[in-house]
Amino acid sequence: MRRKTSRLLRGIALLSTLALGATACGGSDDDSAGKAVSASDIQAALKKGGTVTVWSWEPTLKTVAADFQKKYPKVKINLVSERSGDKHYTALSNAISAEKGVPDVAQVEYFAVSQYALTKGLSDLAPFGADKLASKYTPGPWNAVSEDKAVYGLPMDSGPMAMFYNKKVFDKYKIAVPTTWDEYVDAARALHKADPKVYIANDAGDAGFTTSMLWQAGSRPYQVDGTNVKIDFADAGAKKYTDTWQKLIDEKLVSPINGWTDDWYKGLGDGTIATLTSGAWMPANFATGVPNAAGDWRAAPMPAWTKGEKASAENGGSSLTLPSLGKNKELAYAFVEYANSGDGVQTRVKQGAFPATTAELQSSEFQSTKFEYFGGQEANKIFADSAANVADDWSYLPFQQYANSIFNDTVGKAYVSGTKLSDGLKSWQDASVKYGEEQGFTVEK
Amino acid sequence: MSSPLTTASPSVPAKTSGPGRNTPRLRKPGKPSAGKPRRSVLLTVLTSLIVIYTVVPLIWLAINATKTQTGLADSSGMWFADDFALWDNIRDTFTYDDGVFTRWLLNTLMYVVLGAGGATFLAVLGGYALAKFDFPGKRGIFATVIGAVAVPGTALAVPTFLMFSKMGLTDTPWAVIIPSLVSPFGLYLMWVFATEAIPTELLEAARIDGAGEARIFFTVALPLLAPGIVTVLLFTTVATWNNYFLPLIMLKDSDWYPLTLGLSVWNSQAETIGGDVIFNLVITGSLLTILPLIAAFLLLQKYWQSGLAAGSVKE
Repeated sequence: MRRKTSRLLRGIALLSTLALGATACGGSDDDSAGKAVSASDIQAALKKGGTVTVWSWEPTLKTVAADFQKKYPKVKINLVSERSGDKHYTALSNAISAEKGVPDVAQVEYFAVSQYALTKGLSDLAPFGADKLASKYTPGPWNAVSEDKAVYGLPMDSGPMAMFYNKKVFDKYKIAVPTTWDEYVDAARALHKADPKVYIANDAGDAGFTTSMLWQAGSRPYQVDGTNVKIDFADAGAKKYTDTWQKLIDEKLVSPINGWTDDWYKGLGDGTIATLTSGAWMPANFATGVPNAAGDWRAAPMPAWTKGEKASAENGGSSLTLPSLGKNKELAYAFVEYANSGDGVQTRVKQGAFPATTAELQSSEFQSTKFEYFGGQEANKIFADSAANVADDWSYLPFQQYANSIFNDTVGKAYVSGTKLSDGLKSWQDASVKYGEEQGFTVEK
Repeated sequence: MSSPLTTASPSVPAKTSGPGRNTPRLRKPGKPSAGKPRRSVLLTVLTSLIVIYTVVPLIWLAINATKTQTGLADSSGMWFADDFALWDNIRDTFTYDDGVFTRWLLNTLMYVVLGAGGATFLAVLGGYALAKFDFPGKRGIFATVIGAVAVPGTALAVPTFLMFSKMGLTDTPWAVIIPSLVSPFGLYLMWVFATEAIPTELLEAARIDGAGEARIFFTVALPLLAPGIVTVLLFTTVATWNNYFLPLIMLKDSDWYPLTLGLSVWNSQAETIGGDVIFNLVITGSLLTILPLIAAFLLLQKYWQSGLAAGSVKE
């Protein structure tokens, strides 16, 4: 479960805008590469019909696929419900290396796009006209899927971070809702003192959360330039984060419950987990997973490192891509475009997805949506504000999936033994460097 | 109890009344005998512990299947919540996601009928042949079967996957059915059972009367093998019904999922961004999934017992 969590809570990969190097040059890995596919080609393909196989775990795609089939009766969308996380990437990588059973469309989280693009696993969508869609998306997600002129997928959703808090608990103990991380630590102490069963948050070690926290604190541990990688967890931002979080761990102020488990849902429901700092997609999970606490929770901006500062980070989010070995490229692109840029976006937002498109984020209808779960709060205003305050110079490693898989063996020690969080990060760094070198990257320490 | 057991009666009292108890029993006829075993506090305690260990998860399952998602979070696991939602849960389980649960149930039934049924049929044929016919290479086959019993199916799943992948059979129901057809343990059991249950003289008599081998098998041997067949059928049914790892690596398309995989997909929805959290349906679905197995066990219990005991006493 913990690993899945890391996959899910992983922030958006704002890939370095620098070129990924010669190996990653898009466009040479695809039948239709180089020649533009005109809108009329796509229309003709839609008229002719065919089947598109889609691997995705996004629940809202079901309705989108049904609508799409209604609009183009000759096209059949074969939506294969995937389990998120490791299993998905293992299956996708296996299919690609076996050159058999590769889906026509695959969901890929932002952190993993560069990994598949670098190994030529994904088609460049620019010849289909995807490059002209750049202005439709918020910069974070767009940077994650694009590379120079190549576009490897269309952003499906995004996860600007916010702090969700259980207002009932804060009101009961008359504790102010923290706006900075220092206040957060004070609130954690006060809450736990008022009721030893209550924790300010749960954290048992989660790579996605930690990297998002570093992102907000201004740390930039990963620098990627093609196959040249630099990993360094010793900058000032990282120190800000470890100093503060070490207090919470040392004083046992965070509950050692893993995210996404039934214990976690239970804790969110019964008031023993008082806050949750995560992506703006969380309300949908609150509504179905914690129905008993409806009305108790509210959204607030992510606590800042210095009072009044407005910095945020991204957490989670994914794109739809066209694996190079997939078939029916025109139809596949038509579906991806419909789902993530066309009418599908509205359908998905209505079902609780958090968009990556600026038009939806800034529409007054979206911003004035009242969340019944949050006592009628217009929470999207906070989320949209957060999206605007995300620093866009963060990058993930081109082997982030592996790095996150060893998080618990390195940084995780800080949660269960006397290891310092900063030492944990150092050993995570060392292990990542070692792996990167084995994979043929030039790693600077 | 079948006849082989009664012929072995001298060993029964020794087994149940403990060593060294034979002489006092003769002197005091009123004391516990083979039919009324003595009470042992230690055994009672141990058995009770095992009963609790086995039954508590079932009770938990039954209790929690009556709760809504809200009730699950609000109440203690070992007692009922205020809301009794069993019927709603059952209805929702069958209607959720356009009734996909029914599809998974039918898939499981198909895998059981074709896979476990086929495995039993093959085991009966093979076991009978090995028990009653002499042919070269029998010892080799014996060694292979015994060896195969020791290899868990899970260990063979990945090589099987690679093989099926080459044949283009993955992601089809065949990928689950064909490996399920092989049951070394079932074959071994039928072999032992056929050796015991079918007197060779009977077969010879039938041959002298002019019956063909096929007719002898179906009209003479098969009825005698009935308890053994039921036992093997139960074994293979349980194995196929609960199979998780094989379908997990073979199947991609959720339309072909058995219940085990389907329920795990429902469970993992809770770990997905925007996923619908339906722990209540996962629990109710699990309860519904084990009901047919419980029914099969209760209905076939007497065959199951005599089948297991056969071959264990005689000789």
